[in-house]
Amino acid sequence: MQKHLFLGVEAIGQGAIDGGMSGVYAYPGTPSTEITEFIQENPLAKERNIHHAWSSNEKTAMETALGMSYAGKRAMACMKHVGLNVAADVFLNAAMTGINGGLLVAVADDPSMHSSQNEQDSRFYGKFAMVPVLEPSSQQEAYDMVHDGFALSELTKVPVMLRITTRLAHSRSGVDRGEVLPENPLVMPSDPRQFILLPAIARRKYKVLLSNQALFLKLSEESIYNRYEEGTDKSLGIVACGIAYNYLMEHFPVGSCPYPVVKVSQYPIPEKYIKRLDRECDELLILEEGAPMVEEMLKGFFANGTPVKGRLDGTLPRDGELNPDLVAKALGKELFAGFDIPEVVTNRPPALCQGCGHQDAYLAMNEALADYSKGRVFSDIGCYTLGALPPYETIYSCVDMGASITMAKGAADAGLIPSVAMIGDSTFAHSGITGLLDAVNEKSSITVVISDNESVSMTGGQDSSAFGKIESICIGLGVDPAHIHAIVPLRKNHDEMVRLFRQEFAYEGVSVIIPRRECIQRAARRKRNK
Amino acid sequence: MKSDIILAGVGGQGILSIATVLGEAALADNLLIKQAETHGMSQRGGAVYSHMRISDQPIASDLIPGGSADLILAVEPMESLRYLSYLSETGYLVTNVTPFVNIPNYPDIKSVMDEIHKLPRHIAIDAEAIAKEVGSSRASNMVMLGAASPFIDIEFSRIEEGIRTIFARKGEEVVQLNLEALRRGRAFAEENR
Ligand SMILES: Cc1ncc(C[n+]2csc(CCOP(=O)(O)OP(=O)(O)O)c2C)c(N)n1
Repeated sequence: MQKHLFLGVEAIGQGAIDGGMSGVYAYPGTPSTEITEFIQENPLAKERNIHHAWSSNEKTAMETALGMSYAGKRAMACMKHVGLNVAADVFLNAAMTGINGGLLVAVADDPSMHSSQNEQDSRFYGKFAMVPVLEPSSQQEAYDMVHDGFALSELTKVPVMLRITTRLAHSRSGVDRGEVLPENPLVMPSDPRQFILLPAIARRKYKVLLSNQALFLKLSEESIYNRYEEGTDKSLGIVACGIAYNYLMEHFPVGSCPYPVVKVSQYPIPEKYIKRLDRECDELLILEEGAPMVEEMLKGFFANGTPVKGRLDGTLPRDGELNPDLVAKALGKELFAGFDIPEVVTNRPPALCQGCGHQDAYLAMNEALADYSKGRVFSDIGCYTLGALPPYETIYSCVDMGASITMAKGAADAGLIPSVAMIGDSTFAHSGITGLLDAVNEKSSITVVISDNESVSMTGGQDSSAFGKIESICIGLGVDPAHIHAIVPLRKNHDEMVRLFRQEFAYEGVSVIIPRRECIQRAARRKRNK
Repeated sequence: MKSDIILAGVGGQGILSIATVLGEAALADNLLIKQAETHGMSQRGGAVYSHMRISDQPIASDLIPGGSADLILAVEPMESLRYLSYLSETGYLVTNVTPFVNIPNYPDIKSVMDEIHKLPRHIAIDAEAIAKEVGSSRASNMVMLGAASPFIDIEFSRIEEGIRTIFARKGEEVVQLNLEALRRGRAFAEENR
């Protein structure tokens, strides 16, 4: 009997602890957050004093993990897909430097955008950096891949990416644990210049990375996670990547799939299996979660080889996550369609909690903004993004973390004065500080509202790294202290808040208003846990 | 044995507490489980669901295929209808009748109930009322699990065990209250099926 009913994210956390990891470095982001939370709560991790505190953003997280790897220990950086954009600089360059202690980069993609701005596919980053990518099809594989992944990273001498998607992250299944490995000792890199990417060294290192591609391919072709499954009906050959393999097998209980299948859970794609499939089958069907990456690779530019079906020819939808129904349709299977959903069923979008401080901030902002034309509030990513919806409809942008301040500055540069930024405390710490420095240096006419709920709430209430430091950060950046105001966003302070907003919107220069009240969910949790 | 169950509700209503007890019961019964949950943005008062698959055979997909769920278990009436495309021809819908109104355009509750009553196999139960009779409205999710239990292929005693395990650290009184809630829910379903 399997013993642990783990979410995919929990399996990753446990695999990392058991695999001898000395530190996890992460910034929260759905669906990756609980990897780190699991490690934070785990008794063995506590006993081993495994590093587990949140980083300010994904870039600082991955750089710190690389530093731990430099010192010979095993480390993991975790993030959601868009977090890898923030950490892309270090990720690509870490492929160049290589690693010392095993380094895993766990990235959680969110096809269908359940909780994200886009559905970018992180496997492209793995290909871009030219490092091995692991894509588990089950919670057990997720555990095993992480447990053994540090050794794979040490063997290949590059960071290894673990790519998961929302479904695997947030689905539970039985997992058997492996042996608990010891941590690595502190060992300096054998080549003291390994991490110095001066052009002359970098050119040499790049050639090493290029020549190692053959090894990475060989490892993929020998990987226990990739295999060729025989089939008798050669009219179709199927490539099933990651969790898509399960959606396929849902329709063919144990061993009953008539078609040859290549299961892909480690990249670069195992060429020998794919070539065999291409030789033996009349048509190919590619099942992959996210973008049609493998499909594009197999199809080629002139598409004059074996016909390839998938997301590009309409056999499967071009966007959104896969599921058993879509795969059934692609296989030409008819299923009972279920009962019709009656018209009375109304959408129930997420909303700000009753009593949330962001609500009071928005009500006051709306009143103070009534004197101006619409479209002046640039926002950011967090619970307060829900201020785009009725009854507030205060904000006009949500792009990437930190973009509220910089977009407001750009709009002010263009003449939209005043321009307003609405940003949360954690997002400010993540990526708002540098943009505010730009605005201060140019004395831009913007008002930055840092709606401080003393928590990273959208992702479940983690500790915010700017806690207790926001005013001193703003002063340090050079914001005039006379134009920094903190206020408690409560109904009784509404008039005062409106007055403050009016006053600072009219000021020609950088001002900062900080509505500050603890997130009500976090406060409730704190009381419950007492 | 195979039970494919859709759990449905609104973020904050705690549908996962039902899944936890069921998962515990299934594990004790040596069954295999896959259970997809909703985390993230929707937990802020949005529609949330969980696909719970229990079987004595290996389970491939984390998601239940459309038109094949044996049971929809909803703690909110409108939410019970949202996933009807998953219900199999012979599947049961078990729902709480108390609406959770956190949107301005929540439909007329009568029209919601009318749709529920149109289904060939359904149980509509006032879980809050029963939970209050038992001693605490917080036990309403266990009333719902009880009401669904006749349609789940797991020994009832295993589900009771699951409650004992999950609520043990909250003390014997809480365990007993939830067990009573479970039994009352089950009794209601058996009388009204
Ligand atoms: C680069 C990147 N990393 C992480 C996320 C996930 N994420 C979205 S909102 C958010 C929390 C923002 O916290 P804060 O700004 O304090 O606002 P709150 O939700 O507390 O109101 C996070 C971590 C993201 N969207 N992009």
